[in-house]
Amino acid sequence: MSDTIVSLPDQSTARIPKMNYLTKENGILSWLLTGDHKRIAILYLISLSFFFFIGGALAGLIRLELLTPQADLMATDTYNKVFTMHGVIMVFFFLVPSVPATLGNFLIPMMIGAKDLALPKINLLSWYLYVAGGILAIYTMAAGGVDTGWTFTTPLSTHYVNTNVLTTGLAVFVAGFSSIFTGLNFIVTIHKMRCPGMTWFRLPLFVWAHYAASILMVLGTPVVAIAIVLVMLERTIGIGIFDPAKGGDPLLFQHLFWFYSHPAVYIMILPGMGVISETISTFSRKRVFGYTAVAFSSVAIAVFGFFVWAHHMFIMGISNYAVLVFSLLTMLVAVPSAIKIFNWTFTLYKGSITFETPMLYTFGFMGLFTIGGLTGVFLGASGTDIHLTETYFIVAHFHFVMVGGMLMAFLAGIHFWWPKMTGRMYPEKISQLAAVVTFIGFNFTFFPQFILGILGMPRRYAAYPAEFQVLNVFSTAGATILGVGYLLPVLYLTWSLKYGAIAGDNPWQATGLEWQTQSPPLTENFAQMPIMDHEAYDYEWLENKERKEKEVTSAG
Amino acid sequence: MPDSTTIAHGAHKAAENAHEEHPPYLRHHFESTYQQSDAAGFAMWIFLLTEVMFFGGLFTAYLIYRNWYYPAFVAGSHQLNIFWGTLNTLVLISSSFTMAMGVWCAETRRRRGLVLCLILTFILGLGFLGIKSIEYSEKIEKHHVPGFHYSLQSFIDPDSDSAAKAAGDKPLPLDMARHTEVYFSLYFAMTGMHALHMIIGIGILGFMIFRARAGAYTEGHVTFVENFGLYWHFVDIIWIFLFPLLYLISRHQ
Repeated sequence: MSDTIVSLPDQSTARIPKMNYLTKENGILSWLLTGDHKRIAILYLISLSFFFFIGGALAGLIRLELLTPQADLMATDTYNKVFTMHGVIMVFFFLVPSVPATLGNFLIPMMIGAKDLALPKINLLSWYLYVAGGILAIYTMAAGGVDTGWTFTTPLSTHYVNTNVLTTGLAVFVAGFSSIFTGLNFIVTIHKMRCPGMTWFRLPLFVWAHYAASILMVLGTPVVAIAIVLVMLERTIGIGIFDPAKGGDPLLFQHLFWFYSHPAVYIMILPGMGVISETISTFSRKRVFGYTAVAFSSVAIAVFGFFVWAHHMFIMGISNYAVLVFSLLTMLVAVPSAIKIFNWTFTLYKGSITFETPMLYTFGFMGLFTIGGLTGVFLGASGTDIHLTETYFIVAHFHFVMVGGMLMAFLAGIHFWWPKMTGRMYPEKISQLAAVVTFIGFNFTFFPQFILGILGMPRRYAAYPAEFQVLNVFSTAGATILGVGYLLPVLYLTWSLKYGAIAGDNPWQATGLEWQTQSPPLTENFAQMPIMDHEAYDYEWLENKERKEKEVTSAG
Repeated sequence: MPDSTTIAHGAHKAAENAHEEHPPYLRHHFESTYQQSDAAGFAMWIFLLTEVMFFGGLFTAYLIYRNWYYPAFVAGSHQLNIFWGTLNTLVLISSSFTMAMGVWCAETRRRRGLVLCLILTFILGLGFLGIKSIEYSEKIEKHHVPGFHYSLQSFIDPDSDSAAKAAGDKPLPLDMARHTEVYFSLYFAMTGMHALHMIIGIGILGFMIFRARAGAYTEGHVTFVENFGLYWHFVDIIWIFLFPLLYLISRHQ
C-alpha cells in the first residue's frame, strides 16, 4: 500500500543547490535591504510568528483568568487590556498579513512564472511598515495597554477611557498601509507579470484567492484608516464627528469601521482557502473539482463581503429594514463559501488520498471552517443574533473560522511549501502528531464556548457565574493542549532547517510552476523563463514530463 | 535538466540578446520597458483607488451630516471666504495645467521645459497652501476651529458678524447653531487631509526638480513623472469636489 506520495531524492547523493536565494548574498544588510519577494516572505514569517506568540501568550492569560468564576488572577481592567491587545495583535499583526505576506509573497510570482513581484521596493516598504506598526503595538503594551476592545468602539474610545488609544490607533493605521501595499502589489503582479501561456484560467486557485483578498485590502483598508484618523482627531482636539453632544453620530464610526473590518475577515480567510485548494488537489491527485466555480466563488466572496458589514450592528439601533436587508445579504455570502467546501469535497471523491501533514491540517480546516461558517448563519439571522450577540457564541464562531479555519490553513501551507522554502522536509511523524494535537486542543477549547454562549455567558468579562465553571475549565484545559500543538511546529521546523531530509525539486509530485524549479529556488526563481502549456492541476502533464526526464537520464 | 515543454529556447535567447541592449532603468525582474511602465502606471491607478476610498469615508460623513443639519451647513459655509476659495481653485487648476505640460515635456525630452514646468507647479502648490493658511487663520481668529474654544456667536447673533450679515443669515436656534461645529470639523478634516496630500506632493516635486535638472526624466524613462502627474491631478480633483461642497452651499440665495 502506498500511503504517501512523497518522493525524495537519494539522500546519500542529494545536495541542496549551492546557488539559491538564501545563499546568494550574506549578511544582515542583504536581508534588510532585499528586494527579493522570497526573502521578504521569510522576514514576514519570522516577525509574524513573533507576534503570533505574543498574541497567543495573551490568550493564555485570558484562559487562565477564566479558570475560576472570580476575577482573581488579574484586576478587571487589566483583563480588559489583555483581551484588547490579544485582539489587536492577532487581527492586525497576525491574521490579516499571515498567509498573504508569507506564502503569498513567496509563491505568487513563482506560481505565475515571474521573477519577482511587480514592485519589490514597495514590498520591502510594506514589511517595514508592518514592523513599525508592530513596534508601536508593543510600545502600547509596555506603556500600559489599551482597553477599548479591538473594535475601538466610540464613544468609549474617544471619551471614556484614558488608555493608549492614540498609539494603538497609529499602530493599526501604519499596519493598514502595509496591508494596502501588499494587496496593491499582488493585483499589479497578477495582472501584468504572468508568463507566456499563463492565462487567467490557468492560474492556480491560490492566486485567484489572493487576487480576491487583494481587492478587499485595497478597497477596505483606506476606510478604516480614515475612521481611525477621525477617532484620533476626536481624542486629541475633540472635533466632534462622532460626538453626540456636538451632533456627531457614534454609529457613523461603526459603519466606517465595519466597512473595513467585516471584509477584513475575508482578507483573512480567502488566502487560507487558496492554500486548501492547492493541498487538496495535490494529496488527492486530482484537478480541483469545478475549477472555474472555485475561482469565481473567491471573487463573489470579495464582492458580497462588502455589503454585509451592518450585521455587526443589529443591536446598535439601526433601522429594522436595514437589519432585514443586511441579514439577507449575510445569508448570500454563505453561498460562495459553500461552493468552495462542496467542490473540495467532490475533489476528494475517487481521488487517491494520502494523509501527509498538510492534508491533515486541510481536513481540520474543512471541518472547523464548516462549523464556523454555519454558526455564522445563526448570527446573520437577526432573531437568533439578538439572543446570541455579545456572548461566547460569537467568540466561538469567529475562533472556529479564524483559528480553526485560517490558522489550520496557514499551518497546512507552511508545511506544504516548507520543502520549497528551505529545501528540506519537516519530520513527518511528529508533525502529523502536532496536527492531530492542534485539532483536538482546538475543539476542546472552543466547542464549550458555543454552549456557554447559548447559556448566556457574556464576552469581555473577567468574572462569571459559578455555574459556567465546568465548561470554562474544559476550555482552558483545551487551550493548553492547543498551546502544545502550536509550539511543536516551531521546534521541529527549526530542527529541520539543519537535519531535515533533502527535499528535491518536487517532493509532493505537485503540478504548480513553483514545484518545477529547484528548492530552495534561485533569486530569479527560474533558470529560464517558464512557458505555461497546460491547465492548472494537470497530473497527466506532470507524469509525461517526468517520464521524459527519466528517459533522458537513462539514455544518457 | 532543461525541459523542452516548459522552456522555449528561442524566447530565452531573444531575452538574452535583449539583455545587452537593456536601458539602465529597466529593473531586472521585468521583461521589457513596456511591461515596467505598464505595471507602474497600473499600480498608480490602484493607489489612487485607495485614495478615493480614503476620502470616500469623509465624503460619506459629509453627506449624512449635511442632510441632517442643513441650516447649520449653510450658515457655516457663509463663513468661508469665497474670494480666497475661488482664487485657490484657479491656482490649483493652473498647477494641474503646468504639471500636464511637464509630463508632455518629459515625454518629448525637453529638459529645460520640464524643469520650468515643475518649478511652476511647485510655486503654485506653495501658493495654494499659503492662501489656505490665510483662510485657516481667519477661522482661528473667529474661534471657528472645533474643539478649541469654539464660538457660536456668528450663528446665534448673525448681525454681530460681517460675513453672516452680508449673506443675510437669520439667527439659528441654539441646537442647530451647535451643529455648525460638525460642519467645521468636516471642513478642517477634509481640507486638512487635502492639504496634507499637497504637502507630500510638493515634497516629491522638490525632489523631482533636482532629478529633472540632472536629466533623469528626459532620457525616455518618464514613468515617474507620469505617475506623479496622476497623483497631482487626483489631489486637484479632490479639491474640485471640496470647493462646491464646502464653499458653495446655498450661495444662489
